[in-house]
Amino acid sequence: MALKMADFKTDVHNDWCPGCGDFGIVNAIQMALAEMGVQRDKTVMFSGVGCSGKTSHFINTYGIHTLHGRVLTFAQSAKIANPEMTVVAVGGDGDGLGIGAGHFVAAGRRNVNMTYIIFDNGVYGLTKGQASPTLKLGEKTKSLPSPNTNYNVNPIGLAVASGFTFVARGYSYDVRHLKDLIIQAVNHKGLSFLDVLQPCPTYNDLNTRDWYAGVDLVDEAQKRHSRIYKLEEQGYDPVVHYNEEAEVNERLAQALIKSLEWGNKIPIGVFYKNETISPYTDRLKDKIPNYLENPPAKQNISKNGFSDADISQILDSLEV
Amino acid sequence: MSSTDFTWLIGGPQGSGVESGANIFSRVCAEMGYQVFGKREFYSNIKGEHSYFAVRISDQKIHSNVNDVTLMASFDAETIFRHYDEVISGGGIIYDADLEDTPTDKVRTLDAPFKERLHKELESHNKPFTIAGVLEIAKEKGVLLYPVSFKSILETLAEETENPRLKGLIRMFNVIGVSLSLGLVKMPPDSLQKTIGIIFSKKEEIAKINQQTATYSYNYATAKFENFNHTITGIQKEPGTLLVQGFQGTALGKIACGCRMQSYYPITPASDESVFLESNEILEIVHERPGSTAVIQTEDEICAIGMAIGSALTGTRSATCTSGPGFALMTEMLGWAGINEVPVVITNYQRSGPSTGLPTRHGQDDLLFSVFAGHGDFPKIVYASGDVEESFYDTGNVFNYADVFQIPVIHLMDKFIASSVVTCKRFDESKISINRGKLLEKVEDGYKRFAFTDDGVSPRSRLGLDNGIFWNTGDESDETGHITEDPIMRAKMMDKRMSRLDLVLKEIPDTEKVVSFGIEDYTIISWGSAKGPIIDAIKMLKEEGISIGFIQIKLLHPFPGDYVSSLLKDVKTIIDVEANYSAQLKKLFKQNVKRDVDYSILKYTGRAMTSTEVYDSLKKIVENKAEKREVLMHGA
Ligand SMILES: Cc1ncc(C[n+]2csc(CCOP(=O)(O)OP(=O)(O)O)c2C)c(N)n1
Ligand code: SF4
Ligand SMILES: [Mg+2]
Repeated sequence: MALKMADFKTDVHNDWCPGCGDFGIVNAIQMALAEMGVQRDKTVMFSGVGCSGKTSHFINTYGIHTLHGRVLTFAQSAKIANPEMTVVAVGGDGDGLGIGAGHFVAAGRRNVNMTYIIFDNGVYGLTKGQASPTLKLGEKTKSLPSPNTNYNVNPIGLAVASGFTFVARGYSYDVRHLKDLIIQAVNHKGLSFLDVLQPCPTYNDLNTRDWYAGVDLVDEAQKRHSRIYKLEEQGYDPVVHYNEEAEVNERLAQALIKSLEWGNKIPIGVFYKNETISPYTDRLKDKIPNYLENPPAKQNISKNGFSDADISQILDSLEV
Repeated sequence: MSSTDFTWLIGGPQGSGVESGANIFSRVCAEMGYQVFGKREFYSNIKGEHSYFAVRISDQKIHSNVNDVTLMASFDAETIFRHYDEVISGGGIIYDADLEDTPTDKVRTLDAPFKERLHKELESHNKPFTIAGVLEIAKEKGVLLYPVSFKSILETLAEETENPRLKGLIRMFNVIGVSLSLGLVKMPPDSLQKTIGIIFSKKEEIAKINQQTATYSYNYATAKFENFNHTITGIQKEPGTLLVQGFQGTALGKIACGCRMQSYYPITPASDESVFLESNEILEIVHERPGSTAVIQTEDEICAIGMAIGSALTGTRSATCTSGPGFALMTEMLGWAGINEVPVVITNYQRSGPSTGLPTRHGQDDLLFSVFAGHGDFPKIVYASGDVEESFYDTGNVFNYADVFQIPVIHLMDKFIASSVVTCKRFDESKISINRGKLLEKVEDGYKRFAFTDDGVSPRSRLGLDNGIFWNTGDESDETGHITEDPIMRAKMMDKRMSRLDLVLKEIPDTEKVVSFGIEDYTIISWGSAKGPIIDAIKMLKEEGISIGFIQIKLLHPFPGDYVSSLLKDVKTIIDVEANYSAQLKKLFKQNVKRDVDYSILKYTGRAMTSTEVYDSLKKIVENKAEKREVLMHGA
């Protein structure tokens, strides 16, 4: 029987602030899982720590709420040990790009076949609104005592530079578009990254829902237009079509340049997609031919309660 | 009395083949039936600094090094400066005659504090600050000197074999040193040829050059060197003897007991284990398709333990292997594994701390840190092995503990074990039992991961199991694994988890908690690799009619206080022996046994204890001449 979106909801009380952008993201994830028809017990949501970190408790699949900044470490190895799982990791911008930035970069290099979604709200929500790594230099959100003294990290740029092979941005109030992006990300062969612009009405009074909607931007005809536009509607082609250096470099450079657009025009959609790079599981298969048929989680390790590994050849080589 | 107890020492700059020289020597001796105990010492450096290998061989079972060196093979000046005084009267020093005039100041790698001590010693003997100076002291003591020009050996060889390349091949110095030594002790030459053949079996050309060099040097020694009274000519070999490196016990234990995922970040002395696992990543399984171990090099130790945990959640037996600095980074994750009841094994090859400390040197430094690692209260096991043979079987046990009790296990190993090369009985994998505890194969409806049960252990699902969905969180949670801040639920969950410690003490058999080597009026308590020197020291005292007891405590947390207390109830004097500054076991002992130890024998120079030093201190204790805190200092 096909599962509906409601089947992916738990009855855990959701304690996010009213109007929080996180609701849109959770809805989009649940819609995407239902539409893809994944099996609930073959799917696992990993989350970091923050407001966003609670996400795994709201989704009715396996759910692992990890530690601040460390979500990718758990998620990658679960996929490596049991490649039949659909693995989605989520977390805040502070979680993934501040305390967890080292893991972010390393994960890109591995390219494990899974999806990582960052809830990008410009603040540390759960610790009451300090500046997150994506907040711009000199900006002052309402609970900052003084303007931000750090330059911002560019999540899309960092992802393409680190080796992520699918890099996209969504907007938490465009749930259908975000749902489609999540489906593309999960179906991508390799590590996919989604930067989701997420208004935090409680602490980020700069990048609000109205601001993204362009309420302050009126043209001569007194018509307001959203800051957000879709790359796919502009004929932008993110795909690396063939594995040649010039092609790859061009797509990478294009994604980086696009990612720098901010202010009155903010692109969402897929920035970069490259399936010519092998996922980590394929790299393991190259060394261990039957890895995918007999991955760590599926291996028999005992017979009648005793070891069934045969180490006699190694022991022979050590015997004198 | 053992008829053969011989220590051979080879030294040289790092990267000059000291290790492979020692490898050849150890293997020849093991092939010829002897028990071997070798230990490698090296600087945190890749090329140039001094490293050495002390190989002790005997016709009896041995578990440690001794202070005395019977024969030293040196091919550089530094080795002579640093070790000349360890060679006993009647022992020998083989050295490069071209070095005799070398002054201490020309050896750049002699560090200031050492040079100062050496100069004082030379001054007191009225000797020049040169190789000739120290050799004169040795000679006056009764050491036999065997000068040989390594360069001219190579030159002659190059001519004889019509291979001019050999002339400059100083990489051969190690083989020359080994072969001269074996010639001097009259070891049958075939064993040397055979061993070189085995070691270089994949490189025929190199094997040939080495064999030619070996033959020439061996014959040189038998023809020119005189008066050496020690011979090692071979004895009956015990069948089923391995010559293993210390890290191979835990590695092979992991393969045997079904650990199929290991994540690690490189660190001395732990990474050798992971590299060995990766070199053997494809596994033979009896009557089955091949298995494999996924060995993953991570970006840091936080990821290393995160990956071990993530993989353990899929039901895979998983581990990480590290040393003190890396373990320090893992502690937040350790608590996560604790609160989520994840069976994960952390193999900690300890070294000298604090901080980077002496990164390539020995120390049993992390006992208290392991016991108390992590914020908040959560159950864990700290278990220590005493030698490589034990570590193979212990590895099987610690994975069972992790699974049965659903808690993280810290398996303490150390640098002394990691960098020793020893003979031991062939490991018997058929003795590795596998108990996965309450890990589920099938799940009924209404599953709750943290369900309250009579014994406090809940049936465990794993990611991907049909119907087995669960949640985990680092927050306090209810039975389903969802966050709770309810005070009553919090208390119940805390009680449930912490009750695991009592269960551990109840379920683990006493013989796996503590090994008793006899209880006497004077009894030693110790843990980990201090075991070897203690056993050998006790044996030496026994030969003099002095009986000393010894219990080796393997389960250090939860501490088996009642059991240890019952073992020691009639003991008059308790002696704590361990390689750290603060007598860490003594503190745990006092806390759990409610009794103080009477003496501590400690070492924190970064060098492993020798049985000689332990013997000396024990003897002082028995003769009532010891300090309450005996501090050992031997070793370069
Ligand atoms: C090691 C550690 N340091 C600090 C914290 C406190 N902490 C909890 S959430 C958080 C920041 C959350 O910000 P972000 O990751 O952006 O998530 P958001 O709440 O905005 O979704 C911090 C610093 C923690 N839990 N762990
Ligand atoms: S603080 Fe911000 S991010 Fe957190 S729940 Fe409230 S609105 Fe959402
Ligand atoms: Mg945030």
